[in-house]
Amino acid sequence: MDKQTPLVEMKNMSIAFGGIRAVDDVTVDLYPGEVVGLLGHNGAGKSTLIKMLSGAYQGEGDIYVNGEKVEIHNPRDARNYNIETIYQTLALADNLDAAANLFLGRELMTPAGTLDDDAMEAETRKIMGRLNPNFQKFSAPVSALSGGQRQSVAIARAVYFNAKILIMDEPTAALGPHETQMVAELIQQLKAEGIGIFLIDHDVHAVLELCDRASVMKNGQLVGTVNIPDVTDDDLLSMIILGKKPGEKAEGAEA
Amino acid sequence: MQDNAKSFFSKLGIDTRLLGMIGALVVLWIVFDVITGGRFLTPRNLFNLSVQTASVAVMATGMVFVIVTRNIDLSVGSMLGFIGMTVAALQVQVLPDILGLGHWSIWIIAALAAILMGAVLGAFQGWIIGYLTVPAFIVTLGGFLVYRGAMWWVTKGQTQAPLDATFRLMGGGAEGTLGETLSWGFGIVAAVAAVVLILMSRRRKAGHGFTVKPVWAEGILIALAAGLILCFVWVMNSYPIAKGAMKRIARAEGIELTEGMVWYHGVAIPVVILLAVTVIMTIVASRTRFGRYIYATGGNPEAAELSGINTRLLTVKIFALMGALTGIASIIASARLNAVDVGLGTLDELRVIAAAVIGGTALSGGFGTIYGAVIGALIMQSLQSGMASVGVDAPLQSIVVGIVLVFAVWVDIVYRRRTGQ
Ligand SMILES: Nc1ncnc2c1ncn2[C@@H]1O[C@H](COP(=O)(O)OP(=O)(O)OP(=O)(O)O)[C@@H](O)[C@H]1O
Ligand SMILES: [Mg+2]
Repeated sequence: MDKQTPLVEMKNMSIAFGGIRAVDDVTVDLYPGEVVGLLGHNGAGKSTLIKMLSGAYQGEGDIYVNGEKVEIHNPRDARNYNIETIYQTLALADNLDAAANLFLGRELMTPAGTLDDDAMEAETRKIMGRLNPNFQKFSAPVSALSGGQRQSVAIARAVYFNAKILIMDEPTAALGPHETQMVAELIQQLKAEGIGIFLIDHDVHAVLELCDRASVMKNGQLVGTVNIPDVTDDDLLSMIILGKKPGEKAEGAEA
Repeated sequence: MQDNAKSFFSKLGIDTRLLGMIGALVVLWIVFDVITGGRFLTPRNLFNLSVQTASVAVMATGMVFVIVTRNIDLSVGSMLGFIGMTVAALQVQVLPDILGLGHWSIWIIAALAAILMGAVLGAFQGWIIGYLTVPAFIVTLGGFLVYRGAMWWVTKGQTQAPLDATFRLMGGGAEGTLGETLSWGFGIVAAVAAVVLILMSRRRKAGHGFTVKPVWAEGILIALAAGLILCFVWVMNSYPIAKGAMKRIARAEGIELTEGMVWYHGVAIPVVILLAVTVIMTIVASRTRFGRYIYATGGNPEAAELSGINTRLLTVKIFALMGALTGIASIIASARLNAVDVGLGTLDELRVIAAAVIGGTALSGGFGTIYGAVIGALIMQSLQSGMASVGVDAPLQSIVVGIVLVFAVWVDIVYRRRTGQ
C-alpha cells in the first residue's frame, strides 16, 4: 500500500479556538480503499481535525489530495475534491424533507431552471431503499424523523454523490443494531470500490473490525497511528486513555 | 364526521393552515357585513379593500423571506416613505424640467428609480447584517430612523403633488384599473394558467410513479381555483364608475357619453401588481435554489453553511429583494394618494410584520408561505376597514388589532404543536 500516493494527506494541521489548541500539529493520511479510524476521548479534537478537511474550519497546515497540494476554504471546495462528510451533528435542515436535505447545495433542476423536487424525491427513494428499506417518511420534514432515520438521511447524502473521500463522524451513534450492521456492510462495500474513509467512532471493537489503521488523538495532539492487525483492543484503549503507544511508556504521564 | 372532513381536505391536498386563514377571513367578512347591514360585502367595498391591501401585501411577501431566515426588517415603513418622497420629487421637480411636463417616459423612470433605490438600500442593510454581523433588529432599527429623517431632507418637509398622470394609474382609482373587458381577459388567462399548472404537476408526479390525488379531488381543486379567480373578476366588474369620474375619463379619451351608459371598474392595477408579485415570489420560494436556500438557512444556518451555501451573500440578496418590494409598495402607496407627505409609510413596518406573522411565518425561522402573508395582509386590512365602517374609533381599532395579532400567533403556536412541526 505504501507505494501508492495517498488519497489524502493532512500535514501538521493546527487550529486554536481562543486560547485552546483544539488540534495541535497533527499529521494523518488515507489511502484508496482504506478505512482509517480516528479515536480519542471527548474533546480530543477529532471532529475539529476532519472539519478542516471538509472545509468547515480553516486552520494551519497543508492538505494534499492525490499528492497535490490543495486549498480548501469552504465546504464547496471540499465537495469539488469529492470529499463528502457525515457530520456528528448531522447538519440537516430540520424544516425540509429528506430529499431537500440530501440534495441541499446540489439540487436537481428541470430544463426550465426550476427545482425538480419530483426527480429529487425519486432519487432519494432509490438510495434510501438501499440504505434503510424501512424508511417511508419522504414528504415529512426531517424534524419528524427518529434519530436513526435522520442519521440515515445524512449517510445517504454523503454516499449519493460518488465520494472518493468519505468522512464519517460517529455515523452509527443513533442507529439500532440492524442499521449499524448495514452501515458496516456499506463501509465494506465502499472500501471495495476504492473509496477512502475516515471513520470516527468511540466503539473500539467496531474500529478493530472495520478499519485498516487507526490514528489516536489526545488533547489535540496525535498519540500515534497503528496498523490494526498489529494491535489489540487494550493497546488502543491505553493509547486513548493514557496517550501511550504500544510498547512505550506513558508520555507526559497523566497530567 | 370530523375525521371525514379531515380526510376530505387531506385528499384535496389543501393544508389546514390555509383553510383556517380563509375561514377566519370569511367569518370576519360576514360579521362586518351583518353589523353594517350589508354595506361590507359590496363590490365597492371589496374593490377598495383590494386596493388598500396591495401595498402592505407586496412588502409582506418579502418579509416572509426575511423572517424565515431569522431576521427582521423594521425599516420598511420609513424606507417606503423615503423612496416615495424621492421619487415624487423626481417626477414633480426634476424630470419635468428635463423632459417636459407629462412626458411619456416619466412614469417608467420614476418606477424603475423606486425599485432600484429600494434594492440598493436593502442590499446595503443586508451587507451590514450578513458581513459585519450586526443583528438585523439593530441595523433596520437604525434604518427606520435614518430613512424617516432622510425623507424630510429630500424636500425640507414639503409635500410633493400632483404626481405624473400615468404613474398615478399604479395606485388604483377609477382610471387605474384594467376596465371590464381586460379584466375578463386577465381572469380567463389566469384561470387557464392555474388549471394548466395543476394538470402539469399531476402529470409530472404520475410520471415518477408517485401516488396522485384522486381525479375527483383534482377536479374540485381545478373548479375552486378557476371559480375563485373568475368570481373575483366578476365582483370587480360589478362596481360602477361614478358619474364624475366617467365624464373625466370620457373627456380624456374623447368618447361621447350617452344617457344611461355605465362603466365598471374591473380589477385595479395595484391588485394586478400584487398578484404578479405573489405568483413570482411563490415560484421563487418553492421552485428556485434561492428559495430553497432561504428555507434551509432558516431551518439550520450551520447545516446550510456546511452544504456550501453562502449564507452571508444570501442575506444581502434577501434584504435587497425586500428593498425592491418596498420600492414597488412605495409606488402603489404614493400613486394611490397622488401626493407624498412626510407621514407616508408610518407604522407600515408593523403592519407588514403583522401580516407575515398572522399568515403563519414563524419568528423562530424556517417556516412561512407567501400566500399566507398575502392573506394575512388581507385579514389585517379587512379588520381595519371593517372597524372603520362600523364606526369604531381609532384608539379602539389599534387595541383590537394588537389583541388579534397576539391571539393569531398563539393559535399558530398551538397549531404547530398539534401538527408536530
Ligand atoms: N467552534 C468551536 N469554538 C470553540 N471551541 C471549540 C469549537 N469546536 C471545538 N472546540 C473545542 O475544541 C476541542 C476539540 O473538540 P472536538 O469537537 O474536535 O472534539 P471531539 O474529539 O470530536 O470530541 P467528541 O468525541 O466529544 O465528539 C474541544 O475542547 C472543544 O471544546
Ligand atoms: Mg466529535
